[in-house]
Amino acid sequence: MRGLSPDEWEVLTLSLKVSGVAIVAVLPLAFVLAWILARWRFPGKVLLDALVHLPLVLPPVVTGWLLLLAFGTNAPLGRFFQQTIGLTFLFRWTGAALAAAVMALPLMVRAMRLSLEAVDRRLESAARTLGAGPWHRFVTVTLPLTAPGILAALVLGLARSIGEFGATITFASNIPGETQTLPLAIYSALQRPGSDLQVARLAVLSVLLSVGALVLSEWLARRSGHGKGRHVL
Amino acid sequence: MSFDIDVTMTRGSTRMAHEFTTGPGLTALFGPSGAGKTSLLDAVAGLVRPIEGRIAVSGTVLFDRSRRVDLKPEQRQCGYVFQDLRLFPHLTARDNLLYGWKLAKPEHRWLSLDMALDFLGIGHLLDRMPATLSGGEAQRVAIGRALLSGPRFLLMDEPLASVDADRREEILGLIERIRDELELPILYVSHDRAEVERLAHRIIPIEPGT
Repeated sequence: MRGLSPDEWEVLTLSLKVSGVAIVAVLPLAFVLAWILARWRFPGKVLLDALVHLPLVLPPVVTGWLLLLAFGTNAPLGRFFQQTIGLTFLFRWTGAALAAAVMALPLMVRAMRLSLEAVDRRLESAARTLGAGPWHRFVTVTLPLTAPGILAALVLGLARSIGEFGATITFASNIPGETQTLPLAIYSALQRPGSDLQVARLAVLSVLLSVGALVLSEWLARRSGHGKGRHVL
Repeated sequence: MSFDIDVTMTRGSTRMAHEFTTGPGLTALFGPSGAGKTSLLDAVAGLVRPIEGRIAVSGTVLFDRSRRVDLKPEQRQCGYVFQDLRLFPHLTARDNLLYGWKLAKPEHRWLSLDMALDFLGIGHLLDRMPATLSGGEAQRVAIGRALLSGPRFLLMDEPLASVDADRREEILGLIERIRDELELPILYVSHDRAEVERLAHRIIPIEPGT
């Protein structure tokens, strides 16, 4: 098997760019949501919880359609982003990233919420008696103890976003070089007669990518030390 | 150099009222489990808010409901040795010991790490993680962490609870030295009469509330 063709490179780098940007951009939002769901009590929490989980349970096509309604050129959020920071989503790689981020969000929130709920609040009160204010407690106690959950969220989110198909093709369309990520490229290749080899190569590529992400995260988890027997997933 | 306490607290539907003034030295709160001894320590530390009353230590008012004074725990300069120790599991013994020391204002630090290590005999444990420490070792680190934070008073909650029987004497001796060599008022919670009679300058009985 020879090296990657220029087209395959394009698909691979685009996929990594879309997923990478999606996950990095959505991580802070996912953490805040996980924090609110883990720590706050307020009326309507069930609704927020349901809303966060919606992309997990809806058919991705429906999520894509809802994104069109919200982020289309003349839709409220779409207009807002265009006018404030000149960001458009429709038919652009940023749209693919948005779809990937929305689809990855529930999994990331879940992973971090579980990990936040597992943090022993008594350690935070111990830090208080030792003179630590809220921000210091967060940085020195809560955040390090949540780190495995954040790592798990990154891996799950990355895996989910690299595999994202339905919402992306609905919302951002299937444009080579702009929104055609790995799964979309595989789908397009399947539509062309006589492209079995190309499909197989792309499929192997996506398997390598996913396995690579898993191995990387396990390695990171081990390297972060004091967690003998700590696993990401 | 004393605790001046007059509070009413609730826990569930139980109301508990405590009123006492101590002199300097070690004052033991003695009573059966469930009587609210730990809740009282938590109130002095600021982790639990009484519904009524006043708490002052050595003349400094920490809480006074009628004057709307309620210092945050992080402002109370309190050395709290918890019954469950609460060492930070992700930090080495050294970083646990220095956690409060780094946060204390330089003029409030009255103990250096070297002095603490010497006093507690834990110099060889510095690079260990809390999970690898024995009960007695962990107890010493917890005491050291509290002392190094530059506290104006000490709260100790059943400090012998997590110590093996054959290490009890060591820790008891250590507490006696803290009592005698450091001029800190100490509130000490225990349900063991012999322990309390040996250590305490004065004993405050804590009965379950009504």
